[in-house]
Amino acid sequence: MAATIVETNTKPFNRVQVDPITLDIVENALRNARTEMDAVLFRTAMSPGIREQHDAFPMIANQEGKMVVGQFGSFLYGFINGYDGTIEDGDIFITNDPYSCNGAVSHLNDWLLMMPIFHEGKLVSWAAMFGHMTDVGGKVPGSLPTDAKMIFEEGIIIPPTKIYRKGQLADEILNILLHNTRMPEWNKSDFFAIIAALRLAERRVRENIDRFGADYYISAMWDMLDRNRAAMSAIIQMIIPEAVDGKKASFEDWIDDDGMGNGPYKIACSLHREGEIAYFDFSESDPQSFSSINFLLNEEMFKMFFGAFTINLFDPQILFNDGFYDLIEVHIPEGCILKPKKPAALSCRTHMLGRIFDLMGGLLGQGAPDALNAAGFSDSPHFMYSGFNTQGEWYQLFQIGFGGVPGRPAGDGPDGHSMWPAFTNVPNEFLEAYFPLRIREYATIPDSGGAGLHRGGNGIVIAYEMMEKGEISIHDDRWLTYPWGVNGGEPGMRSTKRLVRKTGEEENIPSKCDRVAVEPGDMLYFNTWGGGGWGDPLARDAELVAMDVKRGLVTPEGARRYGVVIEDGEVDTRATRKLREKMAADQVKPLFNRGFESIEELKGRCKKETGFEPPVAPVFRRFAQAAE
Amino acid sequence: MNSTDDLIKRYEDRLAAFEARLRRMEAGTGPVPQLRSQARAGGGLRLGVDVGGTFTDLLLLDEKNGRTFTAKVPSTPSDSSIGVLNGIEKICREAGIEPREITEVMHGTTVATNTVLTSSGALVGLVTTKGYRDVLQIARSYVPGGLGGWVIWNKSAPLAPLEYTIEAEERMDANGTAIVPLDEKAIRKSLKSLLNSGIEALTIALFNSYANDAHELRIAEIAREIAPDIPVSTSASIMPEMYEYERTETTVVNSYVRPVVSKYVSNLQKELQQRMGDVMLQILRSDGGLSSAQLAMDQPVNLLMSGPAGGVSGALWIAKQADVKNLLTFDMGGTSTDVALIENSIARTRRETRVADVTVRAPSIDVRTVGAGGGSIAYVPELTKALRVGPQSAGAVPGPSAYNKGGEQPTVTDANVVLGYLPSDAKLGGDMEISRDLAVKSVSGIADALSISVEEAAEGIIKIVNENMCGALRLVSVEQGYDPREFALMGFGGAGPLHVNALAKLINSWPAIIPPGPGVLCAYGDATTRLRNEASQTFVTRISDTSDRKIGDMLEALQKSAAEALSEEGVAPEEQDAFYQIDIRYRGQGMKLTINISPEDFARDGLAGVAERFDKEHEQLFTFALDADHELVGLRTVVQGAEKSFIAPGRGKAGTDASGARVQSTKLYTDGKWRDAHIYDRGKLNPGNRIDGPAVLTEMDSTSLILHDHVGIVDPVGNVLIWPANHKNAR
Repeated sequence: MAATIVETNTKPFNRVQVDPITLDIVENALRNARTEMDAVLFRTAMSPGIREQHDAFPMIANQEGKMVVGQFGSFLYGFINGYDGTIEDGDIFITNDPYSCNGAVSHLNDWLLMMPIFHEGKLVSWAAMFGHMTDVGGKVPGSLPTDAKMIFEEGIIIPPTKIYRKGQLADEILNILLHNTRMPEWNKSDFFAIIAALRLAERRVRENIDRFGADYYISAMWDMLDRNRAAMSAIIQMIIPEAVDGKKASFEDWIDDDGMGNGPYKIACSLHREGEIAYFDFSESDPQSFSSINFLLNEEMFKMFFGAFTINLFDPQILFNDGFYDLIEVHIPEGCILKPKKPAALSCRTHMLGRIFDLMGGLLGQGAPDALNAAGFSDSPHFMYSGFNTQGEWYQLFQIGFGGVPGRPAGDGPDGHSMWPAFTNVPNEFLEAYFPLRIREYATIPDSGGAGLHRGGNGIVIAYEMMEKGEISIHDDRWLTYPWGVNGGEPGMRSTKRLVRKTGEEENIPSKCDRVAVEPGDMLYFNTWGGGGWGDPLARDAELVAMDVKRGLVTPEGARRYGVVIEDGEVDTRATRKLREKMAADQVKPLFNRGFESIEELKGRCKKETGFEPPVAPVFRRFAQAAE
Repeated sequence: MNSTDDLIKRYEDRLAAFEARLRRMEAGTGPVPQLRSQARAGGGLRLGVDVGGTFTDLLLLDEKNGRTFTAKVPSTPSDSSIGVLNGIEKICREAGIEPREITEVMHGTTVATNTVLTSSGALVGLVTTKGYRDVLQIARSYVPGGLGGWVIWNKSAPLAPLEYTIEAEERMDANGTAIVPLDEKAIRKSLKSLLNSGIEALTIALFNSYANDAHELRIAEIAREIAPDIPVSTSASIMPEMYEYERTETTVVNSYVRPVVSKYVSNLQKELQQRMGDVMLQILRSDGGLSSAQLAMDQPVNLLMSGPAGGVSGALWIAKQADVKNLLTFDMGGTSTDVALIENSIARTRRETRVADVTVRAPSIDVRTVGAGGGSIAYVPELTKALRVGPQSAGAVPGPSAYNKGGEQPTVTDANVVLGYLPSDAKLGGDMEISRDLAVKSVSGIADALSISVEEAAEGIIKIVNENMCGALRLVSVEQGYDPREFALMGFGGAGPLHVNALAKLINSWPAIIPPGPGVLCAYGDATTRLRNEASQTFVTRISDTSDRKIGDMLEALQKSAAEALSEEGVAPEEQDAFYQIDIRYRGQGMKLTINISPEDFARDGLAGVAERFDKEHEQLFTFALDADHELVGLRTVVQGAEKSFIAPGRGKAGTDASGARVQSTKLYTDGKWRDAHIYDRGKLNPGNRIDGPAVLTEMDSTSLILHDHVGIVDPVGNVLIWPANHKNAR
């Protein structure tokens, strides 16, 4: 059942010839509009997640719902086709249900708002934006329970709903939503901040139509979609070799565990090209999990990841959009960990979402080794801390961690940075001012970046000292498998979590855990992982290695991984030459260095290296779709 | 009350506690309110000096009779004070005065900016709290460029290199309590080796020092004992605010530019005093205020936008003479364009300053810079066949193709030459020849790639670069909730007058104004800056928890102390005017808005009036207002000296006929075809003259373009005001 679009003006648009200059001007105008949407949101939102960390994403689409500017587009088309109701001037839709928008948002914390833009009685564009709400109810503060077995444990589910009807706010519905969260004031302000950003997009779109005329504006959007398609067609042919004799590239990677003792879970993809079309096939991936690590991956969104990832190399100024989607076929089987069936829990999809990028890099790099990056900080791990303080007041923190960007053809990976667009860390002084904790250390971890001609970025250590009795939850990964190196580069260091009790007891705690009780004075060392190295470490300039040692990014011992011997802070040239010769003789330079031979081999040394028993191979079961 | 309200209440209490500590801290380390500028009584000769990349511009004002003199001399980049002194000699000669008659020199300088842009600052050492050595290395973890941006982004090394960063064993908590005392013995030892390692400046930026900077100050003392000649900057004195990365970076940038700026300012001051005796040198700050020479040397991070601030101040002053209160300014140079917004004769300011990829928390006029200028290079990426202009620039060397200095890539200037806007027989403030043939040759490359004519390609380049600048104008106007149709647009700088008409058309801002001497406008700004002083206090409280009377008393006290300082500088009380600025937000929000309100309006409307104005502005900016509680964040009183008017002696009102200024006829390509036009000598135009477009006006250092269907009218001050031909003001 497709939505009924109510237009008072039914005259169709004419596709007109738009000269290239006007086209570039419309492109710039839309680019500016998107920047403005962000600016408005960040200034008016209240939750640190949106305000400081920028976990929110805007887009503008054409009247058919195809994203013309933005980063996470493509869901509108599905929404328009699936929504059973009218779409009218003044309506704004809200949803957070991954299952009713085909994964446009991938967990309940993301509230997605969609607004049709009308001009003189005709639908001319869409604006949409989603933002991560600190809390949407459910069984744990922050609404991200690793051990949830069903989505119903993860908070209030909002199917696509008119939250504004013909310009009128449905305040009773909003009230219901806000009554189901632990942080209603933050949600409310963030909600209105998103609305403000959408209204701004609406103004900009109307201004453009006034300036150029509706036919020109609509045609320019079509042209921009076509332009992307042409560019992406060239890129696809450049970097994906045509399948000869049915030969396909394939790659696999893992999520270490599901927080319930099972793992690792495999995601695998094959890639080949036939003529103009690229085929991605995820059939070899594991089935869905019982815990919340499932990731409902929208096929269109995967195409967008692919496009954004590759086009940056060729024309970073381009306004990236949906135009090329028919050039790519994506197959994800139902019931797979990337397309779980309802009511599978989804809240902790962050690991899988990040890992998709490593997978894609490994896959594409086989066709274009010059563009191959190592594995990076493919995650947005969570740290949560909440409870009632000594005055009996509720506090609740949700924070995202950052780690090592991998070594790349372009150079070394930055240390402790984000691979996710727009994200920033929350200043520690802000945290100490507003939450009962102290950050005793905030530093890069020497040697955590993989050795290579281009060094992998280091992970970081955050030492949280808790000041109140409460509970912490951690959702991280890569504690077992390594961020792999490429072209001779070495893997980066794994993540670890260590809890040092005030009493002096120390324990390594699991990478995924919920509701661990803490006491004032307890200290958590949240160590993220490093990026993999790129290229032969023995080829790295020894002086550069010595500089890294002076900067504390590599230890003298770690310098030996590069075959560099440091004496009193300087390169020992003779010893270095000798060591490098010796290492070169034994060197194998695999395209991918995962740091293990097989999952079994890795599990065999798990306990010794990490202190934890290896996860148990998951046993899969068939799921039937739950009744709607 | 639910738990969220409790939580927010608790935040608020803690925030209030910080602010209280902040006040105590300020009280301990410096006077509150702080004297933000110094000046002395007028009456003598004031000299404005602006040092640009190519030229040093000077403007001499005689306050007694309002006469002005201007001069332009080549800049001397190796030591810009030489150019300044040459210029002073020249202008004194022309004005027939002795240098000693000049009592005040106001100077806008780009020396701090250039130090950052050319990476030629000091080697900076950094002291952080233990555990925070990597504060600049990690920064805010932000990677620019959107999804997949990390694939090509390389982070530049911190301005304080990690190998010159040490940690101090000490720790303040968020309340300003020392939870780990400073280990003086250990830090003295580490400082000894750091200070002997070749560093040229030292920054001390400790965690939570905004709440208590005792340890920072103590470490600074120890550093001075060890190495008295190495300048030390402490973070809480440069930026007494929360956010450790921003505070550290801002203070490191201060250290980075400090030796260069200090050397420059102290040399200049010495040289000036030798020639002029007891002259007062003042430096224009990024926020448009004036700084004493000493403060400029101690806190040069406040000068990063000194140059553009001069332009905005100049535009502001000229606009006042022309009775224009609301305008957008647009200063287009060779590699970049600066735009700003002036509302009600006040330039909008913001809390941060950006130069290249360096962002610091220092107040500045809200000038947005886009990498679009006369030298911006046009190109067509093979893959997308889009026409892109900039941000790469041909710079001064090799420069645009038309300059025949070896440049081969097509630039905006070349496009202007192709279209006849920049006549190939006009001079560019010097002896630069312009070759149309070379311009055509380079633009042909674009034309071929797009399969269009060379004129169409050139017009395309102009349109794209105008669009880029339009984007910047939107950022300062529409994004802030202003409608550009309610503003005039003033274009200056080398290339501004060529583009201002087209831009005004794009954003519907009329009139387009080309000021007299568009190339020396910054010097006007330097010379005419009003004496200004402000006193401020952070005061965080919910409006419902305080009273009109209490806030009114605090504001009055602030006004009194700000006014006293100004009186001491020789501005009589009757020549002063004051207004209040109140920082306010919805509690829970991170940002705040500043509401300007006169003492009379505050007395009448009280805090309810302030809240109402805030709601209105919030709605204007963000399209919504909340029913949440209002929270005051800070109070400020600004006291200004009286405005002085220096109307250039008019040449009398002439008739509308401008034909006497015609130099020759020419052809211009606009909107797809060649049109007949005239070239005018601007120096021969008189107030009242009307110039029908299309037309080109030439003068010593600038060329202006009036498009067809537009009319330029010379106003009594010498501005050319451009209106659409069918506009009521054009008839």
